[in-house]
Amino acid sequence: MKYLLLIYADEQAYEAMSEEERHEMYAAYDELMKDLAARGQALAGDELAPTSTATTVQVRNGERMVTDGPFAETKEQLGGYFLIDVADLDAAIDIAARIPSVHAGSIEVRPLVDG
Amino acid sequence: MTTVAEVVDRAYRDDTGRAVATLIRVTRDFDLAEEAWQEACEQALRMWPQRGVPRDPTAWLFTAARNRAIDRLRRERVGREKTAAAMQIAELEAMGDDMHDIPDDRLRLLFTCCHPSLALDARVALTLRTVAGLTTREIARAFLVPEPTLGQRLTRAKRKIRDAGIPYRVPPREALPERIDGVRAVVYLVFNEGYEATEGELIRGDLCAEAIRLARLLDHLIPDEPESRGLLALLLLQHARRAARTDAAGDLVTLEDQDRSRWDQDLIDEGLAVVDASTGDGPYQLQAAIAACHDRAPRPEDTDWPRIASLYDELERLRPSPVVALNRAAAVAMADGPDAGLRLLEPLASDLDRYHHFHAARADLLRRAGRGAEASDAYDRALSLVANDTERRYLERRRAALVI
Repeated sequence: MKYLLLIYADEQAYEAMSEEERHEMYAAYDELMKDLAARGQALAGDELAPTSTATTVQVRNGERMVTDGPFAETKEQLGGYFLIDVADLDAAIDIAARIPSVHAGSIEVRPLVDG
Repeated sequence: MTTVAEVVDRAYRDDTGRAVATLIRVTRDFDLAEEAWQEACEQALRMWPQRGVPRDPTAWLFTAARNRAIDRLRRERVGREKTAAAMQIAELEAMGDDMHDIPDDRLRLLFTCCHPSLALDARVALTLRTVAGLTTREIARAFLVPEPTLGQRLTRAKRKIRDAGIPYRVPPREALPERIDGVRAVVYLVFNEGYEATEGELIRGDLCAEAIRLARLLDHLIPDEPESRGLLALLLLQHARRAARTDAAGDLVTLEDQDRSRWDQDLIDEGLAVVDASTGDGPYQLQAAIAACHDRAPRPEDTDWPRIASLYDELERLRPSPVVALNRAAAVAMADGPDAGLRLLEPLASDLDRYHHFHAARADLLRRAGRGAEASDAYDRALSLVANDTERRYLERRRAALVI
């Protein structure tokens, strides 16, 4: 079975962390990633840029709606994901607008942290 | 005699957009571009009083700004960024002194600032800051937000452009119509904030003038777009009435009671020429045609209300909204009497119950239909919702003048 583990955390708490605390946290992440990779259990894992970089895409009656910010409704649940590599946000939005669920649901576009 | 400060101010107003747009294209860094240009202007303020104003102030400023940008790229880019910086420096060095020899980059700047993935208030602030060259303080004052708040809004927007990978370019052909419409929406929002401020005093003429400048720029950069022409005409025809819209005390004067000799005939002539040459029938063109009907009438009773009602009818079909329906009802009332207007207002009551203009319009029609007591109740409701001081005083006067 494949599983997607979704990481929820408080961005403000992250912002408030000291350099040292962050270093510690990333070291722990590295350690976990290495361990999982050694066991052949990790397929992918990445850090997302903060929600301030998020864009939400919807298509309703054929009309594309692009809004600033993360997806905030609670009526819909996370149902899947695409990890894509394209030139810029416009290209990402174009693909988001082609995902079938965009017509009834919403697609949140979040960049990964570089490097 | 023009002083050095005036020459620099003038260059700042006229050339910021163009200079910053090019510096951003090369460096991909909004802050660096803005600061390099700003520092060039400060340098001019220090040096020109002694050395005299150069023959071509803009060329001097742009060269100084390029040099500032090159300095900073050399100093601040480290590690992996160094390779990109070397190419950027080479491109900046290869540019001639005359900014006007370089292709105009303002269109990509405009599209980037008005990108739909930015919050609307951020699009407005960023456009005014970078394209129109307003200072953070000026924008903060115009929108009645504390300067630090506005500064944060700008910082966040610039960070999102960088971190989310918003491209710095004119959108491809297939995306263009939608994106131009987005730019027009930002320009119109700037105008409306100036034309009918949500709080405090009614008109902030500076914002209206900035919006017109932006509308002209858009029309210049993408010529012959019927809707952009329509937007420009609409703004000109509305702005033309500004001097007559308030009285000496700053109180609102309705279209009916305005001293039409105080309307700006030059703006009207320019706006009417655009409307008369109009080729399409998009929403901005329809609204411009409506404004033209008002501006053409020498006296209120000369207004072509049946035409206005039919233009609103078309607008409502194109962009159905309760607010358009409200305006249509008001026009029908002028053409066919208050009862016809009131009948059209009834179905809007639930949608517009929290909109003071709805209750004010209804109050006015009830008054004209001789239903004073109901009119008074409607004014009460409008007054409980209005936030703008000038409009509040106007509504209070109208209520006091009712014959019940």
